[in-house]
Amino acid sequence: MEAHQRERTGASPPASTTLLAVAFFLPPRFTPERVRYDRRYRKLDQYRFISWFLAAPLLIYALFVISPFVQAFFYSLTDWSGNSATYNFTGFDNYERLWNDDKFREALGNSVLLLVLAPLITLALGLFFAFMLNAGGRHRKNQAISGVFGSSFYKIVYFFPQVLSIAIVAVIWARIYSPRSGALNEGLGVVGLDSWRQEDWLGGDLAIWCVLAVLCWSFVGFYVVLFSAAMSAIPREIYEASLLDGAGRATTFFRITFPLTWETIRTGWIYMGIQALDAFALVNIMVPEHGMDVIPSYLYEKAIRDAQAGYATAIGVVLFLVTLVFSVLMMRLGRRDRIEF
Amino acid sequence: MHSGPYLNRRTLMRRSAAAGLLSLPAVGALTSCASGGGDNEEVERGEATENNPFGVNADAELEVVIFDGGFGDQYALDAEEIYSGSYGSVEHSKTQEIQSRLQPRMVQGDPPDVINNSGAEAMDIAALIRNDQVYDLTELLDAPSLDDPDVTVRDTLMPGVIEMGQFGSETMWRLNYAYTVYGQWYSQTALDRLEVEYPRTWDEMIAVCEKARQQGIAGWTYAGQYPYYFNFTLYPFIGKIGGADVLRAIDNLEPNAWRHDAVRAAFEAYHELTARGFVLQGSPGLSHEESQDEWNQYNALFIPNGSWVENESRENTPDDFRMAVGPPTSLDSSDAMPFETLWASGSEPFFVPAQAPNAPGGLEFLRIMLGRESARNFTSLVSSLTAVRGASDGMDLPPGLTSASEVLAAAGDNLLLPRLPDWYRQLNNEEIGGAIAAMMAGDIEPDEAINRCQQAADATAQDDSIQKFQHV
Repeated sequence: MEAHQRERTGASPPASTTLLAVAFFLPPRFTPERVRYDRRYRKLDQYRFISWFLAAPLLIYALFVISPFVQAFFYSLTDWSGNSATYNFTGFDNYERLWNDDKFREALGNSVLLLVLAPLITLALGLFFAFMLNAGGRHRKNQAISGVFGSSFYKIVYFFPQVLSIAIVAVIWARIYSPRSGALNEGLGVVGLDSWRQEDWLGGDLAIWCVLAVLCWSFVGFYVVLFSAAMSAIPREIYEASLLDGAGRATTFFRITFPLTWETIRTGWIYMGIQALDAFALVNIMVPEHGMDVIPSYLYEKAIRDAQAGYATAIGVVLFLVTLVFSVLMMRLGRRDRIEF
Repeated sequence: MHSGPYLNRRTLMRRSAAAGLLSLPAVGALTSCASGGGDNEEVERGEATENNPFGVNADAELEVVIFDGGFGDQYALDAEEIYSGSYGSVEHSKTQEIQSRLQPRMVQGDPPDVINNSGAEAMDIAALIRNDQVYDLTELLDAPSLDDPDVTVRDTLMPGVIEMGQFGSETMWRLNYAYTVYGQWYSQTALDRLEVEYPRTWDEMIAVCEKARQQGIAGWTYAGQYPYYFNFTLYPFIGKIGGADVLRAIDNLEPNAWRHDAVRAAFEAYHELTARGFVLQGSPGLSHEESQDEWNQYNALFIPNGSWVENESRENTPDDFRMAVGPPTSLDSSDAMPFETLWASGSEPFFVPAQAPNAPGGLEFLRIMLGRESARNFTSLVSSLTAVRGASDGMDLPPGLTSASEVLAAAGDNLLLPRLPDWYRQLNNEEIGGAIAAMMAGDIEPDEAINRCQQAADATAQDDSIQKFQHV
């Protein structure tokens, strides 16, 4: 009897897509047999398990993250001032205005410059320092590799800026850039570079480089620690083998350390890129109102100072797209075979 | 690479990381409450009497929100005590984040009854007026004043206070409670040491600066990070040279308003300070506090500023500083307005939201604030003049404030009231401020600075997204 039944169901046609979709919302116990013996059931079961397991966080995520995003797209099509509950639907006017807005282009240019340079510099420095801390020192007895002298101390020092809130970092650096008593001008004077002193670091064309420097300074310590962790996971035997083959420091770095920490670097790259795209606190605190803007600070000015929340939302949507394109690009470009060790 | 059919832990985490990237907090978070809005229960008005002209309901609660800035909130607490002596209780709160705290409530139609809309995070009052969210204060102006029922509140106010509450029509929407005198601030001690008088013409100014330079002192310093501080003396300077109409044309964004000869003369005079090296080195990058410190340390003679500077720089001002303010130095004897002319106007804005549940209570609170007792209390607490005429008479004021009330008295009716700073903040702070910053740093000539100002004014005039105002 049992055997007969199994044969019967086995012969039944595959379940329809609708039935599969319905089954997604049913517990396994109540899943119709036609679905259960379908080829695709295994995958369905897998995703069903995960989604139901994540139902609560997904719901919260949809409510507080996805839905504001969707709303933002809608408000970017209105002339909402941000002060009242009334607005008019204006179609793509905001985007058209954005296209012709020179100040926005300038801000976009600055943001893209930071997006390209900040991760490049920060990660390069982070990698270099981490390598020196972990494998850059002299060879000691019984040690294939070791860090430079005092590396454990440096590791802590590098991390200091990360402990400070970004607002404090910005205030401190604004002081450093201050023309009359700031450490930068004073320092340049001490080493005899008087002609390099500036009357105004943050108000003119140099501002973007000043912001870039602070951005890199404040994040490099985080990457030193991150990369140090990744590097210490590399088995010592690999280093020993390369040493036996006569590899120098540079070869060790480019042939062993770099490829084996690539996954971490790529993650770090995306994270740092997003930090660079933001840079809001630094620009808002350090740079005067008539100075340079980045997209988030321009957005803030439009939304808060000029009461043009609709237009600001359109800027926010563009920022979202830029971020999205950046992360997708980084995910695609950086894909490599993972080396298991 | 494991791109097999299984969704393992790693891919799952990578995918959720990718999803996490999308969570970049956009302005969407701000907007998510936009279309909400419930109606607030309005309190019934009581009967209007002589002592209670707005018919405040004595049972109703009043909610007051004070900006917690340089003035603190003690003066408001004192005024609230007077209010609750006759009417209902007062719910008091103070904040520095006026906008983030109150904008959602404004949008939802559930605002407090009185808002001290001040500070860097003040709400855009023009946008609120446009959306009918602000209560018309005409009723307050026509009510009898607290101290003398025969005099209306309107007649107790300093000149320029009502105008500062108007936005392109006769209606007064906000009350600027403090009263600010703008001008060239200096130390009488510093001038005495140089044995010079306060310069009344530009030739005298050049001579004073030259003499100061010989002593190693700069003539001027300014808050380079906020170059629109220069507007505090530049606008009245332009007004003095060419008459008040030049400033009105600038405020009204008229074509070629900036190309007037008076503007050119003023720009060239200021540029001369830079060209001759009379400006303290490094000023272009100073914050307002740093520039005030330099000035307090006798490193520079003059600083364009407003009468809040005495309170703000109190801790760093030497005891023998003898702070004073003078009207902007005239160009020469051919000026259209006399030397005493200056820019003085109300500041520290208060308004009553149109949807306030207890709007009569809000008006009554402002009427109490405009009484002599509260006004004098404000002056003694925070050393600032108030919008109330003659309220500080006979009070023992600190030197800067004494000087401010003297020049104000000397000016008489020769007061100028540029509106650009509060009508077109972006134009005033960023564009004109930026042009002046570049000119005073020596990067551009006056001609180019004027061009930049005119182009920016034209761009603002053509920008449909910016609300326009005209002098009435």
